[in-house]
Amino acid sequence: MTGRALPLRPLAVWLAAHRSAARELGFYARTFARSASSMLGLGLVLGFLLVAALGPWIVPYPEDGRGAVHLEQKLEPPSARHWFGTDEVGTDIYTRVILGARVSLQIGLLITLVAACIGVPLGIVAGYVGGALGGVIMRVTDVFLSVPALVLAIAIVGALGPGILNAIVALSLVWWPGYVRLVQGKTLALRAQTFVEAARAIGTGRLRILVAHILPNCVSPITVKASMDMGTAILAAAGLGFIGLGAQPPYPEWGAMISHGRNYLPTWWWYSAFPGLAIYLTVLGFNLLGDGLRDILDPRSRA
Amino acid sequence: MLVYVVKRLALLGVMLFGLLCITFAISHVVPGDPARLAAGPDASASMVETIRVQYGLDQPLWVQFGRYVRGILRGDLGRSLRTREDVLADLVRYFPNTFELVTGAMLVAVALGVPAGILAAVYRNTWVDHLTRFVSVSGVAIPAFWLGLMLQLLVALDLGLLPLGGRLGLMTAPPEPITHLLFVDALLRGAWATLADAAAHALLPVVTLCFPALASIMRVNRAEMIETLQQDYIVNARAQGIPDFRIVARYALKNAMVPTLTMIGLRYGWMLGGTVLVETVFDWPGIGLYAVNSAVSSDFQPIMGVTLLIGLNFMLANLAVDLAYGWLDPRIRPATSA
Repeated sequence: MTGRALPLRPLAVWLAAHRSAARELGFYARTFARSASSMLGLGLVLGFLLVAALGPWIVPYPEDGRGAVHLEQKLEPPSARHWFGTDEVGTDIYTRVILGARVSLQIGLLITLVAACIGVPLGIVAGYVGGALGGVIMRVTDVFLSVPALVLAIAIVGALGPGILNAIVALSLVWWPGYVRLVQGKTLALRAQTFVEAARAIGTGRLRILVAHILPNCVSPITVKASMDMGTAILAAAGLGFIGLGAQPPYPEWGAMISHGRNYLPTWWWYSAFPGLAIYLTVLGFNLLGDGLRDILDPRSRA
Repeated sequence: MLVYVVKRLALLGVMLFGLLCITFAISHVVPGDPARLAAGPDASASMVETIRVQYGLDQPLWVQFGRYVRGILRGDLGRSLRTREDVLADLVRYFPNTFELVTGAMLVAVALGVPAGILAAVYRNTWVDHLTRFVSVSGVAIPAFWLGLMLQLLVALDLGLLPLGGRLGLMTAPPEPITHLLFVDALLRGAWATLADAAAHALLPVVTLCFPALASIMRVNRAEMIETLQQDYIVNARAQGIPDFRIVARYALKNAMVPTLTMIGLRYGWMLGGTVLVETVFDWPGIGLYAVNSAVSSDFQPIMGVTLLIGLNFMLANLAVDLAYGWLDPRIRPATSA
């Protein structure tokens, strides 16, 4: 090796030091790549992320996302100029569907993040500390899980008033119990393991055990659930948008677009059809990705 | 067994109390001003004040909570601003419709999902398996309301095969109520034309609502069947020359049904949420549509009533699933574990 190869040295050193980790990573990647459905999921999710990131720059009519009106070309069917047709004020539906990706990404990320940030700590505490506190946490979780999330979210939006922000708040408030269940179960199993016992025996503090020993071992199932939840949260938010409690038109949210386009069925079918297709492909992507991740990260919990 | 049932019923009581805490928190704590919420969006300032005093909303929270729970125990769920009826009366009127839709969809999901799961497991990695896998990944990813709209577009509008929405056509008279369940009543009265019309109206909503449940039931049943079919006792049964059909239907299925049953319970809850969207699409006069119509006109009490009723329903379904476990699998029969 000459001095010129220096920039590569850190990587080589890291690889040498973490040969087993690198091999494991490679194994995971190969297992993942062998499954066609996992790769399809990854492709759909990457495509979705790309569209969400580049949206405003790749759409043909950027001004249509900000409520532009071209009445002379309203309700035109799909064509070379307007791939998905136009709506009742003549805006390009393709443009609005593309811009909707970013909205959906934000919705999914926010709900999943807030839910995980509430649910994971509660689950770890309930599982590790147990006792009366753990019992209370689990009973509250059970009660929340006993009402379908969408119904409870409708109730909360009913109290807060319709709107995209309130819809996100409502869905976040009802989404966390699943994480408590998941993490509590995992923590209970880990607590009895020898390495935790050993840490306790040498006098490691409780907080340190939770953060340094239990939490890292919960990361895999949490990642899998989070990937699935990105899809289901987007689906739920679109549902709220559809019944008129979430995003309000002309905001480019897919559920609200479908709901609005419903008034123009059956003649102007493209209005509702394409946003729905976008939701389907996005949710499908996150679900397949989640499945694929579970197969490599958490194979025992496969259902 | 009896002890277990009593215990589970007591737990149900605790859960219901918890649910009341949640609905109370949503209606009295979440909004800035519950009096304004109760009075509706068009009320004047003095009306809001009157309501504040009338409903005791100027009292401490715990006093309000006691009053709230006592009211609900008496069956007082408040009044709908929109229909000008007691919420309880509205729920009694609309709930049978929802119950029929959800039950029908669940029956279809189980009737199709379990055999499909078995077929996929038995004919693993053939086209049957691939087809069911496509259905099962799509089922949980398709927005139910969109699927409903597209079915309306295709089957009802383009092909004109089925009605667009509602429960009965304008020309069909509903049967004299006995159970208030339209299907059951039409059957009992022998009103075949009504029954046929009701079935035609129910088909699309049922298909739409059952699709996600069908998908998950199929998936779980397939996975469990594959695992069960590899067990020693199945191999043994095969070695003894017991016919394949009998092995699958009698020995394997019963063992694979326990996780499937868990999924059925879970999905029942999902359906109670999904029915809100499906009823909206198909104009189905159930509690879901009632909740949505109330929510968009800021009519708050009915939404709370629907939330409580759906919660109660889901809890009862879970109770039924728990009891069914013991019947299916003697090892987890609660007499030993409880």
